Amino acid sequence: MSTAHDTPPAPPAPATAAGRRVHRPRVITGTVLRAGGLSVRVRGRALVVTAAALAALVAVALVSLTTGDYELSVGEVVRALAGQDSGGADFIVNTLRLPRLLTALAVGAALAVSGALLTSLTGNALGSPDVIGFTNGSAVGALTVIILMHGSMTQIAAGALVGGLATAAAVHLLMLGRGLHGFRLIVTGIGVSALLLAVNSYLITRATFQEALEAQAWLIGSLGNRGWIHAQAILLACAVLLPPAFVLSRRLSMVEMGDLTATALGVDVTRTRATLLVVSVALAAFATAVTGPIWFIALAAPQLARRLTRTAGPALLPAALTGALLLAGSDLAAQRLFAPALLPVGTATGTIGGLYLIWLLITESRKSRA
Amino acid sequence: MTATHTPTPRLRAEDLTLSYDQRTVATHLGVDIPDHSFTVIIGPNACGKSTLLKALARMLKPRHGQVYLDGAAIASYRSREVARRIGLLPQTSTAPGGITVGDLVARGRYPHQGLLKQWSADDETAVVDAMRQTGVLELADRPVDDLSGGQRQRVWLSMVLAQQTSLLLLDEPTTFLDIAHQVDVLDLCADLHARKGHTVVAVLHDLNQACRYATHLVVMRPGGTVAAEGAPADVMTAELVEDVFGLACRIIDDPETGTPLMIPAAPRRFAPEDGEGHGRSPESVMAEPR
Ligand SMILES: Nc1ncnc2c1ncn2[C@@H]1O[C@H](COP(=O)(O)OP(=O)(O)O)[C@@H](O)[C@H]1O
Ligand SMILES: [Mg+2]
Repeated sequence: MSTAHDTPPAPPAPATAAGRRVHRPRVITGTVLRAGGLSVRVRGRALVVTAAALAALVAVALVSLTTGDYELSVGEVVRALAGQDSGGADFIVNTLRLPRLLTALAVGAALAVSGALLTSLTGNALGSPDVIGFTNGSAVGALTVIILMHGSMTQIAAGALVGGLATAAAVHLLMLGRGLHGFRLIVTGIGVSALLLAVNSYLITRATFQEALEAQAWLIGSLGNRGWIHAQAILLACAVLLPPAFVLSRRLSMVEMGDLTATALGVDVTRTRATLLVVSVALAAFATAVTGPIWFIALAAPQLARRLTRTAGPALLPAALTGALLLAGSDLAAQRLFAPALLPVGTATGTIGGLYLIWLLITESRKSRA
Repeated sequence: MTATHTPTPRLRAEDLTLSYDQRTVATHLGVDIPDHSFTVIIGPNACGKSTLLKALARMLKPRHGQVYLDGAAIASYRSREVARRIGLLPQTSTAPGGITVGDLVARGRYPHQGLLKQWSADDETAVVDAMRQTGVLELADRPVDDLSGGQRQRVWLSMVLAQQTSLLLLDEPTTFLDIAHQVDVLDLCADLHARKGHTVVAVLHDLNQACRYATHLVVMRPGGTVAAEGAPADVMTAELVEDVFGLACRIIDDPETGTPLMIPAAPRRFAPEDGEGHGRSPESVMAEPR
């Protein structure tokens, strides 16, 4: 058969009960569902990966909500979620564990989509917001608020947001209007990132011991003590920023073929780039504002999603799920495996991300030698 | 200079000034693309052929002047509408990593698709036809990364064909191809023009292929101006080639087709009658910016 090698066999062609037609195209990968004049292309492998990631997310969520210092049964958790429990379970689930879990899921998804958009726009797997300085920019904003202004947690988050956005604007200006793509961007971004790291170190030398402790705690990136205000902030950011990203993702996969080809195929490249760039920067800035810098999710999740789904494109939904899973899973591991020590999730993602990078380098170098 | 054969051709450039940032590539550039023609653009490296194609397909906004498509300024169309009327094969494109040949060609259908119209029966027919025409149908499942340069070039060409536009702009469609496949691609273009009535514009480097296939020849000279245009038999002269390319040559009749055939003069460096400074040493030709 001349169709996809990487998709599981689809049901044979006849009309299904719903009157939809399942069509196996001859030359493209995947399966096509048709109804009336409408048609949707489904790639089996991406579907399987998405379903598996969802299942894993549910599992992580259940374990996160049921285990810990106080073990709860699934039934108790469900009752608490439904608001039918007024005792300890209600407090543990709805006040302690659920906001932390939701924050982890949303921050993970936000970072992953931000990374997927930015690596796609820059055409470089290293072009993620943590590598090219946006995350360190957020850190400068946050530390300024902590050390110079003694601000509240909300003010720190606002500082991080401003810092991230300002860094993105600065990198954009440094590119001298050549647009945010190519190797030049990576080099410029890494330079800016190093500069901002130095600023952070300087700020810490000016701090009192207490301030330095608070700054250090923020800098590691943590989901500890995250309540509803954090969960709501990042969920709202996701609700506003993710839909445009998903809607534009088809266009983004066109832009990956080069500005000329994409324009020739009818894509408004300049507008697509500008919109998605703003979305990507804002997602990273909001995520960092809520949890502090969490490394590697934005870098690793999109690559993992692409490899798993084997799609030629940004694969935003699988990336979002992978990011959510990575962060919630890392937080769970950090909380449970090292209990009673309070290990911040930043250390866990750092470890996982480091291992992933090593694996990536090994497989890539093997491929290039082959 | 602009001898218009038809009242108003579908695609026309009027008094263009084309530039990148500060660098101006062409001024007062005007071309008419005769409808249903196979127009071939030739000219030395870096004279602005690709730039002209970009302007014709609205990839590049002219500093001055206008491109007209079907009677209206091309700038007034929506991007998608232009893409339904003009197909462009750029000189270079990047295939997304890991994409299969079929999926890449299918992307040519983008201007005809929508969020909930992702793969119609028309899409399938167009893609299969395009792949058959360029002989890449058997490669449908192969990753584009694994193909040879020539195979890849034909895949990109079928992507443009799948777009099903009646105006086709092809920037060096024969690069990377062996001679047999060059002829295949040119025959295909001639066929699209002759049988389907498509208007094909191609940038070619081989003057003899240009003369053989073109119904309309546009010769550009360095500085982005049109040195001559018209039927190859009318415009192709030894003086023109010497003027535009700095190459001494003779023009004879192609024994196969009767079209002009350009034969470079024997060793230029030692040609005694070449004292006027027209002929250039190979070194200075090589030193031209590409
Ligand atoms: N994207 C660009 N930015 C700046 N200059 C360019 C760009 N593309 C082409 N040029 C310059 O414009 C001139 C004409 O280029 P081009 O149209 O590609 O020539 P041709 O296709 O005839 O070889 C060249 O001098 C080239 O260096
Ligand atoms: Mg060119």
